[in-house]
This record gives sequence, structure tokens and C-alpha cells, in this order.
Amino acid sequence: MSQATQETVREDGLIQSVSGPVVTAVDLDARMNDVVYVGDEGLMGEVIEIEGDLTTIQVYEETSGVGPGEPVENTGEPLTVDLGPGLLDTIYDGVQRPLDVLEEKMNSAFLDRGVDAPGIEMDEQWEFLPEVSEGDEVAPGDVVGTVEETVTIDHKVLVPPNFEGGEVTAIESGSFTVQETVVELDNGEEITMHQEWPVRQARPSAEKKTPRIPLVSGQRILDGLFPIAKGGTAAIPGPFGSGKTVTQHQLAKYADADIIVYVGCGERGNEMTEVIEDFPELEDPTTGNPLMARTSLIANTSNMPVAARESCIYTGITIAEYYRDMGYDVALMADSTSRWAEAMREISSRLEEMPGEEGYPAYLAARLSQFYERAGYFENINGTEGSVSAIGAVSPPGGDFSEPVTQNTLRIVKTFWALDADLAERRHFPAINWSESYSLYKNQLDPWFVENVASDWPEERQWGVDVLDEESELQEIVQLVGKDALPEDQQLTLDVARYLREAYLQQNAFHPTDTYCPPEKTYLLLTAIHHYHDEAFKALEAGVPVEEITAIDAAPRINRVGVQENYEEYIADLKEDIAAELRELY
Amino acid sequence: MKEYQTITEISGPLVFAEVDEPVGYDEIVEIETPNGETKRGQILESSDGLVAIQVFEGTTGIDKNASVRFLGETLKMPVTEDLLGRVLDGSGQPIDGGPDIVPDDRHDIVGEAINPFSREYPEEFIQSGVSAIDGMNTLVRGQKLPIFSASGLPHNNLALQIARQATVPEDDESEDDSSEFAVIFGAMGITAEEANEFMEDFERTGALERSVVFMNLADDPAVERTVTPRMALTTAEYLAFEKDYHVLVILTDMTNYCEALREIGAAREEVPGRRGYPGYMYTDLAQLYERAGRIEGREGSVTQIPILTMPGDDDTHPIPDLTGYITEGQIYIDRNLNSQGIEPPINPLPSLSRLMDDGIGEGLTREDHGDVSDQMFAAYAEGEDLRDLVNIVGREALSERDNTYLDFADRFEEEFLDQGFDTNRTIEETLEIGWDLLSMFPKTELNRIDEELIEQHYREDVGDEPAEEVAAD
Repeated sequence: MSQATQETVREDGLIQSVSGPVVTAVDLDARMNDVVYVGDEGLMGEVIEIEGDLTTIQVYEETSGVGPGEPVENTGEPLTVDLGPGLLDTIYDGVQRPLDVLEEKMNSAFLDRGVDAPGIEMDEQWEFLPEVSEGDEVAPGDVVGTVEETVTIDHKVLVPPNFEGGEVTAIESGSFTVQETVVELDNGEEITMHQEWPVRQARPSAEKKTPRIPLVSGQRILDGLFPIAKGGTAAIPGPFGSGKTVTQHQLAKYADADIIVYVGCGERGNEMTEVIEDFPELEDPTTGNPLMARTSLIANTSNMPVAARESCIYTGITIAEYYRDMGYDVALMADSTSRWAEAMREISSRLEEMPGEEGYPAYLAARLSQFYERAGYFENINGTEGSVSAIGAVSPPGGDFSEPVTQNTLRIVKTFWALDADLAERRHFPAINWSESYSLYKNQLDPWFVENVASDWPEERQWGVDVLDEESELQEIVQLVGKDALPEDQQLTLDVARYLREAYLQQNAFHPTDTYCPPEKTYLLLTAIHHYHDEAFKALEAGVPVEEITAIDAAPRINRVGVQENYEEYIADLKEDIAAELRELY
Repeated sequence: MKEYQTITEISGPLVFAEVDEPVGYDEIVEIETPNGETKRGQILESSDGLVAIQVFEGTTGIDKNASVRFLGETLKMPVTEDLLGRVLDGSGQPIDGGPDIVPDDRHDIVGEAINPFSREYPEEFIQSGVSAIDGMNTLVRGQKLPIFSASGLPHNNLALQIARQATVPEDDESEDDSSEFAVIFGAMGITAEEANEFMEDFERTGALERSVVFMNLADDPAVERTVTPRMALTTAEYLAFEKDYHVLVILTDMTNYCEALREIGAAREEVPGRRGYPGYMYTDLAQLYERAGRIEGREGSVTQIPILTMPGDDDTHPIPDLTGYITEGQIYIDRNLNSQGIEPPINPLPSLSRLMDDGIGEGLTREDHGDVSDQMFAAYAEGEDLRDLVNIVGREALSERDNTYLDFADRFEEEFLDQGFDTNRTIEETLEIGWDLLSMFPKTELNRIDEELIEQHYREDVGDEPAEEVAAD
């Protein structure tokens, strides 16, 4: 039940104590998770514990200088987000305050306190195109009209899920602000383009379905070996410097979702700035429009208040669900869920709660699974289908995957992209370890790849995986006796595996062409290596020494496939040349 | 201003006092001991009737009769351009015998977070003159790049070398870039000897004139260390964003800072996190490191080089671990390279600069920079792997290709890394050495370099040279 429309402000309380982001107040009549304004400056906070007359509040802003005796004002509403046109192409902090508006209001490059701003521009005019007419029956979730929100996205105006619905008695067309009524119903309900929704509550849906369409990322190792589905969940754990953020950025840039919600949770300020500067200039590979036109950013950097770090994940997923309700495929990147868990730990220890594993609160696992369960492929209440894919980075201390956040995440998510410090150290990027990673979506996504890319997609992939497995076994022997002590056929396998690693698994995110690899190219490149493998083994059987086979001029060109724009032609020529050169040898 | 003589408990660095008026969180307190000494402290927790005070100068000499004054404001740093050339103690008081500081303004030392929307992405190359950094882990203006070191390693020499040599190569069109370069040096818990080393070097090279030095020595109170970096960074922000300086902040040693955090946490009987460090250490460190950066529309920049010594050379220890997650890369000082006599003993393989890719290339450094760096990483990594193998099977058992990689690894250390602490190399010199070394390989091995660039820079004549050198060994 939403308290969104309730505007009553209850009686004030008084601060009793302050310790960092945790403030206690007395005489405050509040419910759990109500939003309150704390102190003379009116800092935003949320009720997290009630004990007798004592209310504990986590404050979303810095509390320096706030002292006992200052007032606390209750809004009587839970923490909500503003939903409506204007969410895209915007950057928010963890409690959905637009950072550009804050800069203007504070007139400073630094974040001041006690300044509030609505999540969407309340006075901006939007061109509303009705999709229903007077006399039509509409139910909650139904589309009553559309607004062109950005060049890429038509924003659908929905009957809020908490309305009853009924017959349309009046409908407008033309320019309106989000606060003006555009549709009236016979039961007196008035629909505007603006909704509010409590962040900690999932938006309703009709049914959760099995996801069967891949979220194509344009990253060879992901699409080729460990695909994620639209509506799927994935975790990217890795020690620092292994490329979590670059992988997340690549997904945000090239994943074929309609909408991207990028949550920078407790991470670096400069990284968010990079996104803010790059995305408006980068092209969306599917539409050619600026990437920002499909993106909503939430930036709560590591030096911003810790309580807002706890809430930013919820803010992000609620926005994602809102677009899902319109029938869009949404991808949510959370970088990093470990910082979110640590924020919970920090608040929990200030509350002096009994800690669970490694000081994390006992409810860590429950919170993580609640979050990932809000992802999925859904039938919406209006009958359309939409999805939220959730991809969470995990930053395990010391790169040790046995720590609680990684372990609890792995129990929930179905795709695991393990980043590896060793690979990163030798600049093998993306540094995703191919023997540790997995995707449980493989089988349910294969039919799509067979139908849309190549009929032998699963077989080719299996061939590649087998060669890589064989290589890792052989490498153990090589470590002991050296490569030249191996029989010739195994030496050749190692050479083929090297191309798999260097040409197929590695991908240069900073090269303008290689950065995005369509599934067709991923497939063709794999077949080129497979072709080299087959021809090379034929030559070996015919008695050609392995040194001569691996020394052919054409083979190293496999490493250049990634940077080719006309890859079809290049690969066809390459295959021919490999065959021709090898056949000359016998 | 009311005075209280209501101290109820003294425990380690903490003092608890009863009050009858509200006192704000983080506000400053003065405590006067019975023998007339005044100590400063800060409110850690404020509740109705009772406050917890963290005393910067140590609680020695405070008794229950000491009087407590609440100043009603949070800790401020007096800032002015005249701070340049001055030496201050860990809490910002001059200790160089110079005149009193007449501040232009007083800034809150906690500092507010820079709005990510207002930041400007750092992409201006800083030439440190050190090949292992410039060539392979490039530093840019506004970056925070820590040095991960350990006891007994020459991290201070490297920090001094960077402070001495760091420049931004001027563009051909000499724009009216009037901004000047300044160094802020924040020492936390370093020994007097180390401090002298720094001061002598600053004085010898004349660097002191453009520096502000904050000294908290090993025998100064530990709690003061939690304030020192904030003082230093507040000064840095003032000089960078109000006075247009390009500021390089060197903080040493962050390990001592974290120990002080742990000490306070323990005294407050907080629930400890990993290895006894407080659970909020990530947030606390982030509030320091994130104060590096550039702001749109301002000339200056704050670049940070924090130095930390990894206990037991272990980079999974909470201090290096949390630091690595916040900073934009790290530079590793390597014990083996150091014992081989390589100066500076930077191991490029685990080192990383996250902002490198945007700070190099055509128009910034040179168009071949990225490719050369990638290729050298891959080649040195392969050479390192082969060294393990050589120990078992011997060199003769390896192929010619493998032997070339081994030779490369040796020459890379001798010629590229080992430049000495007094040599200043331009980025061109660094890249040319890179090409000298990479030309040991046949062109087909250089699979990370663009073919055109290979044609342009590859040394055709040095192909056989390494073999001769090996023979000469």
C-alpha cells in the first residue's frame, strides 16, 4: 500500500543523540521506514528502529554540527521515488535528487546539506498523446497515453497500480506538466504523468516467466560462453583492478536493452564523471541515438553519505520496474553491491545489532535475495511483457570469493562472471576466468542463438570450451616439463588454445571496433579458429612438423579479426589463406 | 561560552563529560588541564546530557577537574596562499618558527563531497619522469594513485622523485596556463629521521617554497593523525579550486592513519570489522581519497599519491585492500626487484593506473603509447612465467621464442625499470626504450600493436643483438 498521496505532516520530535549517520529522537510519532527531516537544517532521514518512545533514524546527509534538542519532523511517508517522464538522461544521488539541479541550487561544486529537489522536473511541459478515449474502461497498469521522453524512448503513461480503474470520463491532449491531470475516471480518480512509489516495495506484476531471450552484450566471452538472459541475474565478483567497472560500463553501453539504469553505489567519483561525459557522446548500437537517451544514472560515490548508499540500490530497481511496466527490457547495473552490503553493516553496527558473519547483519542474505528477486522476465499487470535484468558487481575483500557477500550472491544469481587478478595482471581483458565462470541460462537461450545466429552455435561453443579445458590440463604439465617435451598433437592444441584466448576471449574495450562484437562476428571468429584447428591437424596427420604448421603467416591474422569492421570478408579470406598455406606444406 | 568541570570518564584517547546544553556532533572542544595546558578534541558522540570527546593531543594530564569548553563549531583549517613554504604540525600549528598565519578564510576540514556532476574527468598526462609509471601506469591530473609498499622499501625515495620531477609537458601552442604547481606533504606517524630526509630534500631542491608540510611524527599523539590528512586536503582544495594551483598531495603513511582509526574504535568499544579495524573504514578512507579530482570550470586540480606500507607485504590486508577499491590504481614497490638493486623497484605487473587509457595516445602523449604499454605488459608477464620454468628444465630445453622472452624480461628490468632515483626521463625517451626492447621480437609476435605503428617504430637492425648479449653473459 502506498502512502504516496497522503500529505499529512505529523507532530515533531526532538533529537536525543547523534552518532555519525545514526540519530535517535524522542516524542516522534512515526512508523517504520517513514521519511523524516532532521535538525534545524532539515536533513533527510528514514526511521529504521522504534523502541518505546525512542525512534532511530538513519540520515542521508552528513551530520556534523547537529546536536541534541534540535527538532525532527515526520513526513508520514515512506521513502519514495518520483516516477514520470524526465527520469532518463538524468543523474541522481542515492535518494533520487538530480545532481545537476543540486549543483544549481547549491551554487557550488560541492554537495551542501539540507537541499531537497524533486526527482523529476515538476514544471516541464510534455506533449501528451492520448491512447484511450472517453468511455473506455481502463484498469491499473493500463497505458492511457504516451510522451516522447527522449529521442529513443516513448514514455507510456500508466494508470498507477494502486488505483482502482474505471471508465474514462475526460481525457486531454497537448502540452502538460507532470502535475496536471490528463485523464479522469468515473470513480473520481485523476491520472497525472507523475507517480510516486515506495522504493522498498516491488511494483506488482501478473506473472514471472522463464527468460528465453539473451541480453546480447557485444562481449565475446559473455555472449559466446556465459550468456545472460533478458530478465536474468548476474554477479561480477573480482578483486580491485580486475575490471569490474569496465565490464559494467561495457554492458551499459552495448547491451541490447531498451533502458539502462546504472547505479554507482559507493564507487569512485571520477568513474561516474566518465559515464556522464561519455554516454551523451556515445551511440546506442541499436538506434544510433546518444546512449544517454536510454540511461538513468544513480551516483552515490564512496564519499557521499553512507545511508544514501544503502537506499540507492532500491531507488535504481524501482525506476527499472517502472519502465518494465511499460513493456520495456531494462538492464540494471549495480556497481558495487559489496558497498551496499557494507553500508548495511555500518548502520547495523551503529545500531549495536548482533552481527552475523564478518560483522554483516544477519539479514544480509535476505536483503540480497529480495533485491535480485525483483529482477526477472515478467508479464505485467497490463498484459505486456517486460524484463529487468540485474547485474551486480561484487568487491570481495582481498579477492577472496568465500566472503559472505559473494557467497550469498552466488546462491541467488544464475550467471557468474568471475574476474581474475592473474589475467588482469597480464592484461588479458576482459579478465573473466573461463574455467570458474558459469551461466545457468545457456540451455534455455540456445534455441534463440540457433534460430537467430547459427544453427550449430551450441556445438561450436562446446568445441571451444573443450579445447580450453584441454589446454588448462596441458598447462599443468608444461609448467613441469616445458612445452617442447609434449607430443606434437598436444603442442598444436596449445597453439589453437592460444588463439582462443588471445583472439576470442580477449577483447579490447578501448578499440572503436573491437569494443562491440555482434553475435555473428563472435560466431564467425570461433569458426575461423575451429577451421585453423581442423586444417592444422590434417597437416599434422600428413606428417608436417608442428613448428612449420604454427609458423604459417595466415594464422596470426586471427588475432586481428576483432578490429576488422568488414569481418565477414576478412574471415572468409583468412580461412582460405589458412587452408591454402597449410595444404602447401604436404 | 560555558565551561564544564564534569568529566566522568577518561579512557585512552576519549573523554566523556556531562553537559546541560546540546552539543553538536563533530564540534570542537578545548580541555584545559589543571596545570594550564590546553588540549583540543572533537565530539564523537553527542546525546542528551553526555558527550564523548576524542582528544587530539592525547589524554595525558587530564583529570576529572579539567575544564571543558565547547567552541560551538566544527574543526576548521585556516587557509591562505601564504601557507606555501610553511611547516605545520599535525593539527595545523606552525612549527617552523615563522610568523603567525593570517588566514584568508577558514574551511571546515571534513570537506563536502564533490558533486559527481560537477567533476571534470581527469585526462591530462603528468610526466613523472619514471618510466615504469609514465610508460605503463600513467598518472593524470586529478587522479589518486597510491604507492603500495612495505617496511624496508624505498617508497620515500620514489615519492620524492615524483614530487621533484612531475611536470605537465607543455603543448606547442603555449596556452596561457598560468596555474602553478604546489606540493602538499602530509606526514602521519613517520619517524623523525624520515621526516628529516623529506625536509632536507625539499630544502635542497628548493621545493619547499611551493610546498606546505604537515608533520605528525611517530611520537606525536596517534589521534592527531586522523586530523592531519584532512587539514592537508582542505589546504589542497583551497589552493586548487580557489587559487588555481595544480596540487600534488603526498600522504605518508596511510597505515599509521588506519591504526589510529582502530585505536579510537577500540576505545569506543565499537563492534570491530576485519582484523579489528572499524567497519566504517572504507567510508572514512573514501572521504580522504575522493577529495582528489578536477572540477569543471576551475583551473586547478588535486592529485593524490598516498603511500602505505602493507603489513607483512600482504595486499589482502584491509588497509591496502580497501585503498585499492577506492583509488584509481596502485603502484607496487617490489621487494625482489629492490634486492636486485633496481631503482625505483616498481613492479609494473600488479601495478595499475585506471585513468591511463584516457590520458595517453595521440595529442596527449604519443599514438603508440597504449599499444607499446600493452605489449610490454604481456611480454614481461610471459617472461616472468618462463623464469619459473627455467629453474626446473634449464634454458636449453626452451624454444628460441621462449628464450627471447626470457632475455626480454632481463633487459626490461635492467634498461626500462632501473633508471635510478635521479634520472628524469621524458615520455619520448621512455617509449623509445620500449621500442628498443620490443624489437627483440619478430614483428609477428607484436600482436597488440597496430601494424602501421610497427612499421613506423620497429628497429630492423637490432634483431640479433640479444643473442650476442646472452653469449657475452
